[in-house]
Amino acid sequence: MNRLRYFLAHSRGALLALALFAAMFAVYVAYHPAGLTIDVVSTAANKGVLLALVAMAQTLPILTAGLDLSIGMTFVLANSLASAVVLGSPAETALGVVLVLLASLLCGALNGLIVVFGRLQPIITTLATGSIYFGLALVIRPSPGGDVNEDLADALTYDPVLGVVPPSLLVLLATVVLVWLPLRRSTWGRAVYAAGSAEGAAYMSGLNVDLGKFVAYTFAGLFAGIAGLMLTFMTYAGEANAALGGAYTLNSIASVVIGGTSLFGGAGGAIGSVIGAFVFRTIGDLLFVFDMDALYQPLFIGLVLLVSVSLGSLRLLRIRNRLELFR
Amino acid sequence: MSAVLRVFGRIDRPVLLAFACVVALLLGGSLYTSSFLSPDYLLKQLQLGAFLGVIASGVMLVILLGHIDLSIPWVLTSAAMISTAVAGWWGDAGTLLAIPVGLLWGAAIGAINGFGVAFLRVPSMIFTLGVNAVLQGLMVILTGGAAPQDYATDAMRWLGSGASLGVPHSLMVWAVVGALIVFVLKRTGFGRSIFAFGNSEAAAYLSGVNTRAVVVGCFAIAGGCSALAGVMLAGYGTKAAQAMGDPYLLPSIAAVVLGGTYILGGRGSYLGTIAGVILITLLQSILRIVQLPDSWRAIFEAPESLREIVYGAVIIGMMLLYGRQQAKRG
Repeated sequence: MNRLRYFLAHSRGALLALALFAAMFAVYVAYHPAGLTIDVVSTAANKGVLLALVAMAQTLPILTAGLDLSIGMTFVLANSLASAVVLGSPAETALGVVLVLLASLLCGALNGLIVVFGRLQPIITTLATGSIYFGLALVIRPSPGGDVNEDLADALTYDPVLGVVPPSLLVLLATVVLVWLPLRRSTWGRAVYAAGSAEGAAYMSGLNVDLGKFVAYTFAGLFAGIAGLMLTFMTYAGEANAALGGAYTLNSIASVVIGGTSLFGGAGGAIGSVIGAFVFRTIGDLLFVFDMDALYQPLFIGLVLLVSVSLGSLRLLRIRNRLELFR
Repeated sequence: MSAVLRVFGRIDRPVLLAFACVVALLLGGSLYTSSFLSPDYLLKQLQLGAFLGVIASGVMLVILLGHIDLSIPWVLTSAAMISTAVAGWWGDAGTLLAIPVGLLWGAAIGAINGFGVAFLRVPSMIFTLGVNAVLQGLMVILTGGAAPQDYATDAMRWLGSGASLGVPHSLMVWAVVGALIVFVLKRTGFGRSIFAFGNSEAAAYLSGVNTRAVVVGCFAIAGGCSALAGVMLAGYGTKAAQAMGDPYLLPSIAAVVLGGTYILGGRGSYLGTIAGVILITLLQSILRIVQLPDSWRAIFEAPESLREIVYGAVIIGMMLLYGRQQAKRG
């Protein structure tokens, strides 16, 4: 019983987001002209999974009280690279997938190395490395195009598993179960949380805070790489699109916040961010079924973002002494 | 000799390093092409650098607080779009009011940024990123339906691309903005409070500084500076265009930080920002003019790819040289 209460208090943000998502998705399906068909669910899942993976990536640096502004560009780089190497025989394709994941892992590791050992601020580091990753994406894909192994692409993004489950959801589930949960339960994961919640105390208690930060940025790169792969499987092509990268960076932060992770670090988790991403995507879908003028949609999405990041300021109502604000 | 030492003693090491990098870039560029050191070319660089300089002036104030403004791209673009649109909507009065309205718009958006940071206490990088997205949405609406006027007024062109007695007007604007910022930082209580806030917000608050007003003021000035640059850039390029502000976000922050302003606030000099702006401008210029050998061109098919990579790498490299934080524990 105590454990349940603990769990509820711990994941209040994520559970709220889940309820919000369920309500919004129900409205979406009810008003969608085609109703609840596998196509509607599959399309919604595909769009949501991309953002969910990038949001998972963004969660880790935010948990350490940092931020990764290069995450969208890592995503774009992985997309460009995948459109060049994930091709040919099954063995070649598998090698290509490994190559893409390795490359994005390296991007994240570079961020981590600069932040930890270079002792530079995450914002300026990732702003600059984002520029590098985008340049590399342009080297691989000077103009949009490329190709991908279509059998694998259809299997992972199109053909419903058992006739009902969109395969992209299973990829997301596998990422959560096989990568995120083990990471969270490991000492590395503990160090990630500790680095964000009380760096000094964690250091004094013998936790390897530097390792925690390094792990956070490295795994962020990996998650963004998986997202880039999935994008390639959905579009059968690669494009070095700076605007796309920027939008994903921004939306990932919004998703993390909606999913209940604290922007000050130390509290929250990637599962909340996944739910946050689906909430964020469903808002866009709702605008579509309710026929909102396409002209007004970017503003509306921007306002949702701004309001959701401002929701955290509700905590100010509980503060009695203004000095508590200055941490 | 002692006078020289006194002057240099007051200049930080990062500022000296930044100026040394400027000299190195000039020498390196002149090895590549002799026209690199010609007065015409250098003046042209200063004219272009002035846009960055005006933006960086505002960015510096925000960074001195220990905050950051990521809304620069769309504050700049929206100010340019609104001022050209005003010139179209209001006829003759609009032509006169175009620039003031653009600047007021920028300052107002900056004040909203400041409100979010000072009163709502949302981390500045996140709140300004959100404001950036909202502005982009607003501009989609403004320019999406019946497109308003987007070409610059004569006054904007005069500011952006004109020159008197051989000196570009944009450079004069930067000089005026720079002088004002130096005056504010060195000679006013507001300037002192900025440094105090950057060193310790709690201490500044307890000493009676109106910390919220300082934050809102700095962000408003930063918004006004971005807007001024936007208006001038519209004049320079003859029209306001989508995404015209995107190439200025990283350079403006990099210029300030490479100029020795401490990214967590509290330390920095305007001289350093000038050095940083010139440094970034020269770097961009060199990356533009250098012709690649054919074997390289096959790899870097899109010319901006190499520029982006070198640019990011150089900024990281320079920051690692002298922008590192102290190792801090406990």
